[in-house]
Amino acid sequence: MAIFSVARLELLIARRNMWVATSVVMMSLFTVVLTLAGGAPTGTLGVDPLTVAATSITTLSVYLVPLIGLLLSFDAIAGEAERGTLALSLSYPVSRAEILFGKFLAHFCVLAFAIAVGLGLTAALTVWQHGMSDLSFYPLVRLFLTSLALGSTFLGMGYTVSSMVRQPGVASGVVIVIWLVCVVLYDLGLLGALVADGGGSFTKTVFPWLLVANPADAFRLLNMPDVSVALLTSGLSAAGSVSGAAGQLTSLLGWPVFTLLLAWMAFRRVEA
Amino acid sequence: MTALVIENVVKKYGALETVCGVSLKIEAGQRVALLGHNGAGKTTLIRMVLGLTPLTSGSIEVLGAAPGSRKARSSTGFLPESVAFHGSLTGREQLRHFARLKSVALRVADDLLERVGLAEAADRKIRTYSKGMRQRIGLAQALLGQPKLALLDEPTSGLDPIARHEFYDIVEDLSQSGTAVLLSSHALTELETRTDRIAILSKGRLVADADLATLRQSARLPIRVNVKTTEETAGRVAAELGGTRINGRSVELTCQQDEKVAMLGQITALGQVIKDVDLTPASLEDLYRHYSVAKREDL
Repeated sequence: MAIFSVARLELLIARRNMWVATSVVMMSLFTVVLTLAGGAPTGTLGVDPLTVAATSITTLSVYLVPLIGLLLSFDAIAGEAERGTLALSLSYPVSRAEILFGKFLAHFCVLAFAIAVGLGLTAALTVWQHGMSDLSFYPLVRLFLTSLALGSTFLGMGYTVSSMVRQPGVASGVVIVIWLVCVVLYDLGLLGALVADGGGSFTKTVFPWLLVANPADAFRLLNMPDVSVALLTSGLSAAGSVSGAAGQLTSLLGWPVFTLLLAWMAFRRVEA
Repeated sequence: MTALVIENVVKKYGALETVCGVSLKIEAGQRVALLGHNGAGKTTLIRMVLGLTPLTSGSIEVLGAAPGSRKARSSTGFLPESVAFHGSLTGREQLRHFARLKSVALRVADDLLERVGLAEAADRKIRTYSKGMRQRIGLAQALLGQPKLALLDEPTSGLDPIARHEFYDIVEDLSQSGTAVLLSSHALTELETRTDRIAILSKGRLVADADLATLRQSARLPIRVNVKTTEETAGRVAAELGGTRINGRSVELTCQQDEKVAMLGQITALGQVIKDVDLTPASLEDLYRHYSVAKREDL
């Protein structure tokens, strides 16, 4: 199968380029720090320590997972177009869809591996600190699966940009802007709108949908359903109740499908 | 079956016509050199044969199939101009990947590495390869799976003379096993003895398509004759033969193919004063210039 040949080569490249090592180190470092730091204040409060860890890791993953996704993907098409290997690959009996999804498969595996290592360390540390009893692993599993959906969304965005600009240097700049907008500026903008609106109709009707429409926020809502978070406190709870888990799931699962389709359409228009 | 049929192909980018009504046929086992100045349309033509660029009009058949179809692609080998493989892969990894894409046994890839002289460097990163070695990886991948049609775009650029010689040996083997070869090149001299036919593109038009002898005949380019003599006699020899005296002791003259023998007789009749005679037929370079310039003036 051509898809697996492409995926195999991409995995090899990701390993050689230290993308695998970098992703794993980033995820492990942050999750370990947050697990240790997050565990301290819970003490005897009776809150499940894994839930606490998962909550703090969620706030971090919102930034980190999209970043890793974009870093893995921005060079995928542009780099090959520049080196001239894209035209060569397309002279082989392999379709553009096979090339794109082969690359996606490889990058998805890198992402899954990095997140699994990070969350695995969290689980191990927590078990070591608190023992096996009374632990619910559900928050971690949920965090893992939703992180994959979030990461895939940004992989798709990275491929789309990579296909559209065709120069790796430009693509890297564009994906950083996308990252900033999606995980930082979008929320800031909403926050500003909330403040300006002062609890009016915007806050109750439009805002919850705008919030859940952003995959990063849907991810946050799904993983912190009943925690009063400092950021966007009133808005988050309102949004949580309006859109519900179904809305959040739809957003989080719809986005990767959408961005990957977009990437495929953009890639089809690339003249090799 | 004819390996490649190009019929009246036109490619326009907006108002700019880069390929204008080109027709070309290559039978199995034929080696055809595609010559042309930069921007003459060679690469565009090759890309259209591969199905990478759509035609504006005309038709192309690769082994009876449409260009870019799976059937065409699985029996075509392609070496792009100045290809750069991913530096962090080894030659073997890169070639085995292409073997997998073409459903060819991995052993074949390993054999090809040996064939192109990369057996020792096969497990080193491509980053450490010289330009010639990278070109060999490119050539090796084009040979995977015994293609029925090989399209080689500037295959010898970056190769040293010995490597070029080896390259043409491989091309010869390839054509003997029935592969039709279309190669574009700037290095004209090496093509003279190593191809069956020469096609010249000039500003998107095919201005010549024949074997070298036919091209020579129809161009009627003069043969250059250089007669070496002594300083004292050079003037007299020049006057008698009707040539021009150059650098004191030799005389240069030109003649057509059919006058050659008579001219040689005339020279040898001068006896002792002649030290040496050199005959240079029109080189491919002369022919190339003749065809691409002459036809351009006609337009």
